[in-house]
Amino acid sequence: MQFLFRYANPAMFMRLSGAVLPYVAAATVIALTAGLIMGFQVPPDYQQGMTVLIMFIHVPAATVAMSAYGAIAVCSLLSLVWRHPLSDTAARAAAPLGAMFTALGLITGSLWGKPMWGTYWVWDARLTSFLLLLFLYLGYMALWSAIEDETKAARAAAVLALVGAVNIPIIKFSVDWWNTLHQGESIMSGNLAPVFLWPLLTMMAGYMLLFVTLWLIRIQTAIVERRARSLMQGPA
Amino acid sequence: MKLATRSGGGAALALSFFALVATLVPLGIGADLKLLARVAGGILWVGAVLAALLSLDRLFQGDYDDGSLELIALAPLPLELTSFAKIAAHWLSTGLPLTVLSPLLALMFNLPGDATLTLFLSLLIGTPAVSAIGAIGASLTLSLRRGGLILPLIILPLLSPAVIFGAGAVAAKMDGFSPLGPLELLGAFSLAAVLLSPFAAAASVRLNLSG
Repeated sequence: MQFLFRYANPAMFMRLSGAVLPYVAAATVIALTAGLIMGFQVPPDYQQGMTVLIMFIHVPAATVAMSAYGAIAVCSLLSLVWRHPLSDTAARAAAPLGAMFTALGLITGSLWGKPMWGTYWVWDARLTSFLLLLFLYLGYMALWSAIEDETKAARAAAVLALVGAVNIPIIKFSVDWWNTLHQGESIMSGNLAPVFLWPLLTMMAGYMLLFVTLWLIRIQTAIVERRARSLMQGPA
Repeated sequence: MKLATRSGGGAALALSFFALVATLVPLGIGADLKLLARVAGGILWVGAVLAALLSLDRLFQGDYDDGSLELIALAPLPLELTSFAKIAAHWLSTGLPLTVLSPLLALMFNLPGDATLTLFLSLLIGTPAVSAIGAIGASLTLSLRRGGLILPLIILPLLSPAVIFGAGAVAAKMDGFSPLGPLELLGAFSLAAVLLSPFAAAASVRLNLSG
């Protein structure tokens, strides 16, 4: 744990993330470019035609949206247990990104649904639980900005994030209980032809890296902002 | 403490809200009795959840404003237990009356007798979860001026399983299946919520009192 704490120091974090950031950003650009190029060379699917390309921007967005909530939950746990302000900052910085990826997943999904299912929206299990995830993000962000005292806001938001983390599997399970139109898991089960799988995995890596890049930048900005604020209030 | 939570006319307000929602729906979608029977389970469940939300923001607020919450927190009784008592009081003053009222409204919705019984049971099992999860939201938004607006945004997504299972049980009964499966799931959700949320509520009350 001591090892972890050393890196949780904001100054240490600034130095380390500053050093890592260019590489992560470069890797993001490479992975996204490669993924897009690979994606456009994919042959049209025999059922879906060219709309199968939407998969390469839809599936990774959904994956990142869920991972972001996981990241928030872990940060919240760290902050509640060890009261470390950096994990609060990290959790807060991840929330709008997660909400954005959730919205992106929903939008691309509905654009994909129109040609495939003939409708933009169905009250299907996967779609509904994702919409609820978006609302969870919005509630979390609203709580953060509603409480003025920052340490109080951080802890309240952390409690909410953990309650949400306990509830997400239940929500998902309860919604899955309806009959569903959205297809099930197809990456792990090997139902996806390799010609589609590789661009998809590359795009997933690209999205993840993009999330990490933006997340690091947002945390850095938050730290700098706090420093600036304390400087302004300080000597007066 | 139960007396304190009850004395505010909250229950009567929630009940009239519930009845009003149930009255507005047939006005909105037309008086087709078959259609009404079909949607009754869902509408009454959503109405009950919204009605219970109305009185939630007062769960801790009164005690917080006059300072007695700090005394309660200092009392030898653990805050978790106090939160549990608050949840129980809220349920007794809103969840239970709503459940008792529901068969009457179901009658107006032309719901068959056996489905009404299912609705009654599902509300009886499910409304404690509404009070319990609502208590988390109420304690989180304690120190907020605009808490009443944020509370539903936080609570409603978390309550979606209760609505799905509760209305699902009624729908299953209407379609001639056994409502036992959804009811059992609803019971599990409710039990877990009632057991866990006093801890979350107590934790967030503490953090609102500190500093």
